[in-house]
Amino acid sequence: MPFGAIFVPDFSLQAVGRSEPGIRSRPLVLVDGSAPIFRVTAVNRLARRLGVTPGLTKTAAAEFQGVEIRPRRKELEEAAHAALLDAAWSVSPRVEDTAIDTVLIDLAGLTTLFRSYENIAQQIKTRCSVLGLDVHVAISANVETARLLACARAGPTIVPDGQETASLKALPVALLSPDEDLAEVFRQWGVTTCGSLASLPVLSLSECVGQEGVRLQGIASGQGNRSLAITEQTHLFEESLELDEAVEELEPLSFLLGRLLDQLCARLSTRALAVRAIQLQLDLVPGFENAFDPSRDFLRTNKLPETFHCSLVLPRPVEDAKLLLKLLRLRLQANPPKAPIQKLRMLAEPDRPTALQGGLFLPAVPDPDKLELTLARIAAVVGEGNVGSPELLDSHHPDAFRMQKFAAPSPASSFNLSVPEEAADSKMSFRFARPPLPANVTFQGGRPVGILFQGKSLKVLQASGPWRASGEWWEEPNWQEDAWDLELDLPGRTPARVVYRIVFDSLQKKWFVRGSYD
Amino acid sequence: MRSSTASLRLHIESTLAGRIPSPFRLREAAPPPVVPTGIAALDEFLGGLPRGGLTEIYGPPCAGKTSLLHSTLASRTRSEVCALVDAQDAFDPHSSAASGVYLPRLLWARCHGLEQAFRCLDLLLHGGGFGLVALDIADAPVRFVRQVPLNVWFRLRRAVEDTPTVLLVLSRESNAKTCASLVLRLEREASQWSLRTRKAEPPAFHTPACLLNGSVHSAEIVRSVLRYKKPRFIDQPATADHSFEASVHFQMHAADRCDMKEVPVQTMLLPRPKVQQEERMRDSG
Repeated sequence: MPFGAIFVPDFSLQAVGRSEPGIRSRPLVLVDGSAPIFRVTAVNRLARRLGVTPGLTKTAAAEFQGVEIRPRRKELEEAAHAALLDAAWSVSPRVEDTAIDTVLIDLAGLTTLFRSYENIAQQIKTRCSVLGLDVHVAISANVETARLLACARAGPTIVPDGQETASLKALPVALLSPDEDLAEVFRQWGVTTCGSLASLPVLSLSECVGQEGVRLQGIASGQGNRSLAITEQTHLFEESLELDEAVEELEPLSFLLGRLLDQLCARLSTRALAVRAIQLQLDLVPGFENAFDPSRDFLRTNKLPETFHCSLVLPRPVEDAKLLLKLLRLRLQANPPKAPIQKLRMLAEPDRPTALQGGLFLPAVPDPDKLELTLARIAAVVGEGNVGSPELLDSHHPDAFRMQKFAAPSPASSFNLSVPEEAADSKMSFRFARPPLPANVTFQGGRPVGILFQGKSLKVLQASGPWRASGEWWEEPNWQEDAWDLELDLPGRTPARVVYRIVFDSLQKKWFVRGSYD
Repeated sequence: MRSSTASLRLHIESTLAGRIPSPFRLREAAPPPVVPTGIAALDEFLGGLPRGGLTEIYGPPCAGKTSLLHSTLASRTRSEVCALVDAQDAFDPHSSAASGVYLPRLLWARCHGLEQAFRCLDLLLHGGGFGLVALDIADAPVRFVRQVPLNVWFRLRRAVEDTPTVLLVLSRESNAKTCASLVLRLEREASQWSLRTRKAEPPAFHTPACLLNGSVHSAEIVRSVLRYKKPRFIDQPATADHSFEASVHFQMHAADRCDMKEVPVQTMLLPRPKVQQEERMRDSG
């Protein structure tokens, strides 16, 4: 009994219900077609009870009170199909992508992992339910029997060995999907169930309707197995949402983002994966002047961008959708899209989740998830490039550094580094004045004797310099300066002596106070 | 009288026996764990900076606050993750690296103003996990720092309470008052210069500060929960208490100093400014 089948009834309705969970409990119809005529293509149970039937026009369906009308969306169906495959791959790697609403699974050897076929069927239903899909599951030794039973019964249906023919006996023959001519022949013969088709003599059937009829009879009798056409596993996790009305505010947008993230995280979690990076693409509503400017020359230069891209790369894989939503919100707050949003497309880059083991005798380090959120919040306050770890550059410029992303070391990494010997004794430190303060310096005999900056005139007590330095003369902007260390008499209520560094910028021909020794 | 006192004591002890083991015995609170500053003289004097408390270091410009911060960061970043909230973007990564700070374990938030700095500080303290979080507002205008309400300092103290984090605040004046576990006042005592005249070449071309060899600083404890006066009982004679003794001097060296053996060092000792009485009282809160 090595095959399982998963079937999603009312697939297009469930695909819409998956993106809007609240709509499942209301009468829902899907319309499709081309303007101006849209016809109802799918109806859920509640709408059917109200009298809505497929084939009605959208206008006619709208007359039924309380009916929710949604357009059929291909991208939602693709995402639901991907979720269905994820659920199947979470059980077995050998999966056949039979149809958009049906997948078949090879279950050989899985009883050692799941103990029983009943348990496997229950697990499949549960995992699909987490992904927003209500599915039919059937398990049988014959792959086509499993498929037919999944299509016909809610299940879970477990067919014991040798009971395939009996289990299919009552199923309608239409489930075999015969072509129109064959279906008409069966109707004229009065063959309406799989059982009646299976009871026909093979030779007579072959003479009357050919090999296709024999093939269908074999399926209806639960005989003649076939091997699965295995689908290779993919790691493409994408969800999208097209809006009827464009969204401009961050609050409703974050609600939609949260929904997409929930779906993505649920899919990744089913596959035992986590999010390493998120790529968000927002399709913006084009400016209304696009429709009125015939030349479009003006638009080429001034038009708004039609898509907005935002990427979020995480230092470690994250499984928490709420954390990802907070990070995305902060990112969008700092750099919001310039126009209302019509469509959202989110792509998750998967990675294996990492588990951190803290040590009893190791110092505490910031929780990586919490730290990421804290850094994003600080970046929203001080700016993206103003938070991180400084990295010294290979340059003689005294203020040459760049900011790199701060990442907390893992508890297992080598803490308790030894202090380098040259840093063992206490050293004077320098404080920068960023930007440097303009100053006027008075010289006497080649040495500075007074300095005026920030409205204060200070007397120089001790001076050392000048120390000439230059660099990057091969490119713009380069720098060239003469530096002095000055000990100054700082008047005030508590007079003090301070040591400042001043520089003469040879390119600007100006004096600046660079900072102080503190 | 004596017997009635003894019976009363016995009665109170027996009543509270289940809840308080010895109600008449003075119990001293356990001192908080401390971390070293990396300056031996100062560590001996202070005992270290308390974890789970606010330490305020203040003093005039060039008093040695930044050097003390870098020295502490150098000792902490070897074993912990630290953060620096820089209100005026004054941090120098080069001199901190020369002091021994392990920069990959230092989170530096470059703020532009007090409001940004306090918001960042709040976020960092509530995020947790940092061994030391420093707030540098030494270059912020004093009149603005004075306007920071006392409840802000109280909230910061509560944020680090019962955590292993050292909260270090560098400022021009003391502001945290009683919210601080340790208040330290720094002053520059003297500067050490060598090579009064340029007779010798500097050790390297790009070492412009080689003539400034170092400086001598003094540190004075204004408030400390680590060193408190012992309680004096009525029936015991008063003893001299040396726990608040004066101040300590420590020396900082320039990063690229000259060889002290070859060049005589000229030390310019400053006349110590007399701190007015009202300022002392204001500092001690």
